[in-house]
Amino acid sequence: MLDLLETEPQRKVTAQERYIQAYRFMLVARLLEEKLASLYRAGLIKGGVFLGKGQEAFSVSLGLHLRKGDIYAPLIRDQAGRMAFGDTILDTLRTYLGSQLGPMRGRDGNIHRGSPGHGYYAMISHLGAMISAVVGGLMARRLRGETDIVGGSCIGEGGTSTGAFHEGINVAAVEKVPLVLLVANNQYAYSTPVSRQFACRNLLDKAVGYGLEGHEVDGTNLEDCLHVVGNAVRAAREGGGPQLVVGTLLRLAGHGEHDDASYVDPVHYQASYGGDCMHIAERILIERSWLSREELVEWRREISLEVELLSEKVLTEPAPDPLEEDWSAISNVELRDSYSER
Amino acid sequence: MSITYLEAIRAAQARALAVDPRVFLYGQDIGKFGGAFKATKNLSIEFPGRVLDAPLSEDAIVGIAIGAAIEGMRPIVEIQFADFSACGFNQIVNHAATLFYRTAVSCPIIIRLPSGGTAGSGPFHSQNMEAIYAHYPGLIVMTPATAEDAYSMLLEAVAMDDPVIFCEHKFLYYHLKAKSLPTEAVPACQARLARQGHDATIVTYSAMLYESLSAAEELTQDGYEVEVVDLRCIKPLDTDAVLASVARTGRLLCVGEAWPWGGVTAELIARVASEGYELLDAPPQRLNAKETPVPFHPNLWSFHRPTATAIASTLRRLIDL
Repeated sequence: MLDLLETEPQRKVTAQERYIQAYRFMLVARLLEEKLASLYRAGLIKGGVFLGKGQEAFSVSLGLHLRKGDIYAPLIRDQAGRMAFGDTILDTLRTYLGSQLGPMRGRDGNIHRGSPGHGYYAMISHLGAMISAVVGGLMARRLRGETDIVGGSCIGEGGTSTGAFHEGINVAAVEKVPLVLLVANNQYAYSTPVSRQFACRNLLDKAVGYGLEGHEVDGTNLEDCLHVVGNAVRAAREGGGPQLVVGTLLRLAGHGEHDDASYVDPVHYQASYGGDCMHIAERILIERSWLSREELVEWRREISLEVELLSEKVLTEPAPDPLEEDWSAISNVELRDSYSER
Repeated sequence: MSITYLEAIRAAQARALAVDPRVFLYGQDIGKFGGAFKATKNLSIEFPGRVLDAPLSEDAIVGIAIGAAIEGMRPIVEIQFADFSACGFNQIVNHAATLFYRTAVSCPIIIRLPSGGTAGSGPFHSQNMEAIYAHYPGLIVMTPATAEDAYSMLLEAVAMDDPVIFCEHKFLYYHLKAKSLPTEAVPACQARLARQGHDATIVTYSAMLYESLSAAEELTQDGYEVEVVDLRCIKPLDTDAVLASVARTGRLLCVGEAWPWGGVTAELIARVASEGYELLDAPPQRLNAKETPVPFHPNLWSFHRPTATAIASTLRRLIDL
């Protein structure tokens, strides 16, 4: 079950504490995804595995700044943000492995998971579609008189080319809802480079064009991400309207684990945005003596062990049984179209 | 006192707003302007803050309704013309329709689709989309043919936890009248026997009910009594009511204003052929719109959809078979 955290407790969290907390979620996401990739290679995960490698710092910054009661609609490369919002290693494994005990019960898989009743929306594959859903969720809260709420969502630079993205951010600005939308410019949408994706000088110009507040950040730098995304969330919460945050980074994996990403131009790895946010964060943790090398090693050991034990457990859990399935796409069984039963 | 089909839809929305704080209306021009057809006239004044104008963004309009439904609201969306729901198609069929199956969280939204042809409306303001939406699991599709049904079925839709595509027929908006609003009603997803007979059955819905009733009346001059079943709701489809009528008459004609390919009439015939073959005394027949876009000119338009004359002629052939 979703383990929603009070991520902004009453006590003021220091920048150091927040950084360490964020790094821990990033590490959980990275190690969990390494296990998912390994399970995929072993043929134990059907469908696909889609990694957020290289995007953890940017992703976690949103999940961490949202609170219980907020709305969060992540996308495919947001394992780190999901963990910070309250998703669990167990639910992730159950969804990927198709366990009947997981939140999606084998009916949907991999990154298409969520718990909409707890503000954690389950993405559909059609990019941009979640933006207006979050806007609607925020409008509903406003109609009920609720305040102090933020809705966060994420997309990639490829998703900014969809009509749904255009309609979604336009209506967010019209309605002045507290939406924070992260755009991870990871240089490739599957194999399509940015030169074939958009022609505007900077994706940030879209914020100006649609009437959102725009923010830009080096997506490989956790400190900057926490600062910039934190400011955007605060601005939205305080009535500043919708916020668009563009993070520049590099997808350090294929589109999915089926994809060797051989099309990626090596020049990207040398670019300022081509580094691994995990390595950069670890260097800073050690330089500032916020964590020792030994502590880092111990964290890795602890988390890997937990992931390993949970994956062993989930592998023994029951798969969905087609003979037990109720095969109903509507909630009112009396209104089922009965043709298929005859 | 009498009330038109359109006024019944407005009255149902007014009542839903009055009795259920979860209800709000969202769509283009529906606020102060009262909607392109005035189905929300004065509602923004009676219910301030709950009748909201939307930008020209059908995808976002439906997406917003879905998000609001997840948060416990009961949004009623007006798509200005059913034809434009094509621009919101993705959110309807891939998001609203899949939500409950995937997440066990239901999606109580209503999408009102002013549907069907009127003379001069042309290819993009005349379409009947019910079969397209009925194709997707996860949606209820209603097609009320009377002012009473327009009122009671819309209110029943508001009470449902599942997404409802509410196909209201523009041809019926102004001319069709009820004496008063109903206080009780047949459940929305049950068919109604609109005319009793024993020589043949017409199964139809929405505006084609009236062409079918005229045709049935015409056949009384030939000495035939034709039964007419009004489906009211095409998903779920009240197959039992159709089979019961065919059991009485032995002959079936399905009439729809939409295009024939893979549509409601095709589904009806498939079901009766596979489940009621022994009830049939003749091959089941169907009549639909012609296989072209809906034409603009009234001369062409009135010939494009099934007419009472065409239905009567098909009935005579069917009875002679």
